[in-house]
Amino acid sequence: MTSLERKESLIRITLLLVAFSAVSVLVMITFFIFGEGTPIMLRYGLKKFLFNLDWFPTQGSYGLLPMIVGSILVTSGALMIGVPFGLAGAVFLTEFSSKKMRRIIKPVIELLAGIPSVVYGFMGVVVLVPFIRETFGGPGLSVLAASIILGIMILPTIISISIDSLEAVPPSYREGSIALGATRWQTTRMVMFPAARSGILASIILGMGRAIGETMAVIMIAGNAIAIPRTPLEPVRTLTSNIALEMAYASGEHREALFATGVILFLIIMVLNTAANLTSRKRGR
Amino acid sequence: MALRPAGIPGYLNLREHLAVLVGLFLLGATSILSSSCGRSSAEKSITIAGSTSVQPFADRWAEVYMKKHHGLSINVQGGGSSAGIQAAKSGAAHIGMSSRDLRPEEKGLLEVIVAWDGLAIIVHPTNPVDELSIVQIQNIFAGNIRSWALVGGPDKEIHVVTREEGSGTRGAFLEMVMGRMRISKRAIVQDSNGTVREIVANDPFSIGYISLGLVNERVKAVRLDGVEASVENIEDKKYRLVRPFLFVTSGPPGPGVRDFLNFVLSREGQELIEEEGLIPVYKE
Repeated sequence: MTSLERKESLIRITLLLVAFSAVSVLVMITFFIFGEGTPIMLRYGLKKFLFNLDWFPTQGSYGLLPMIVGSILVTSGALMIGVPFGLAGAVFLTEFSSKKMRRIIKPVIELLAGIPSVVYGFMGVVVLVPFIRETFGGPGLSVLAASIILGIMILPTIISISIDSLEAVPPSYREGSIALGATRWQTTRMVMFPAARSGILASIILGMGRAIGETMAVIMIAGNAIAIPRTPLEPVRTLTSNIALEMAYASGEHREALFATGVILFLIIMVLNTAANLTSRKRGR
Repeated sequence: MALRPAGIPGYLNLREHLAVLVGLFLLGATSILSSSCGRSSAEKSITIAGSTSVQPFADRWAEVYMKKHHGLSINVQGGGSSAGIQAAKSGAAHIGMSSRDLRPEEKGLLEVIVAWDGLAIIVHPTNPVDELSIVQIQNIFAGNIRSWALVGGPDKEIHVVTREEGSGTRGAFLEMVMGRMRISKRAIVQDSNGTVREIVANDPFSIGYISLGLVNERVKAVRLDGVEASVENIEDKKYRLVRPFLFVTSGPPGPGVRDFLNFVLSREGQELIEEEGLIPVYKE
């Protein structure tokens, strides 16, 4: 073994250890959350835990359904706002704008991702919530407010990944379509979109993951009521806000129930991430 | 000769001499360090944690006390009553703050009542409703009365704002107002006195409850069965919604903490919080 080879293998082992430490943290978190959270789910009954409507943790009633529904409502609301705007933005920047414009606008949009979520929440409280209260009625802190703010928060994820995948489509596809007499929009809709489909799907799933995991902004603007909202103007509580709101005070069984909330959230996010990985792997093929 | 003791039996040579000196020095240094460390945990810094209702007042005490005792730092943290009691029990904090009585399973700690606080039911300043009865408040928070028209206001939906599960203020409200009734599941939940006040200050049709000491001109405290929420009425025992603010320690406090507690209970300490709207203990 030459000294160069020895050096090489030393570097390889060091990097392996560093990489492994990151993975081991994930493994530890997983064991910890499941270890703390699953006993109460089994003791209380998984079915009751998932489908009971009453969350009164200090009185021993742990129904998580309102929060599960809340997370789903707020996340799908965010997608309804974030996906059309995000895709329109990505299509405009790749297909209809000059390269110079894209070079300016794309970094600006990516800057949005760097704004701390508490700032989004604050803007929501100061601007959006009073606006909703005065225009539509209700308390303003609502599913609608949370959906709009989260919709804006996931824009950078959706736009930048969609742009990347649209740009990855071979130029010959676009040129061929235009040579056949299709208009720009026809080319975008019938050639570019299908070709970049898996990347776009992955961007939406990653945006969804961001929306479902967001906590601070949601606590500030969603109202956090423990009932399933009947209209978009009513307050709602998500899984993440449930944990963050009550963790400081919780002890005993209540604390375990919050860890169990974490288990549910963990599973949902795992499924989303796996789906994102699978779809983007398909793109690689 | 003094420079050459090396050869003489029974004397240390120069190197050994140095080694002993260094050893002694290290021993002395560590003992000084350890003793000063031991002292610092009792006197150089005091950690206080718990109820967000008590926190602003504890901050005030800490601020004034630190001005008098240079080199001492008092660290006041929030987290809520239950967390504060837990922290005092585990030793994570020297003092835990609680804005409710201790539960049976939390007993065994030393508790000191450091002040009394009124609980104010607040509405928007433009709300025409000035007075509510306990029964009306119960039914509003339980979700049975849903329109302001039923209690003498405009025909608008009532937006109930409450605190999160486990909060001391919520605990006190449940105990003193709700009795066996539950707070509506549709109520908006906020995690501090400040955010409850912020929402009520901005939403003309909302109602919430916060510490009386934190009521300002942006919200209106309603009269309770005709009695205004004021320090005088609490002292005269006319206003019913009063709760203790507690400092708890696990076992007898150290000298530094004891001295701080003495300051808190002194006339000066109590006057400080009286200025801020709390009721001092000696008046009770």
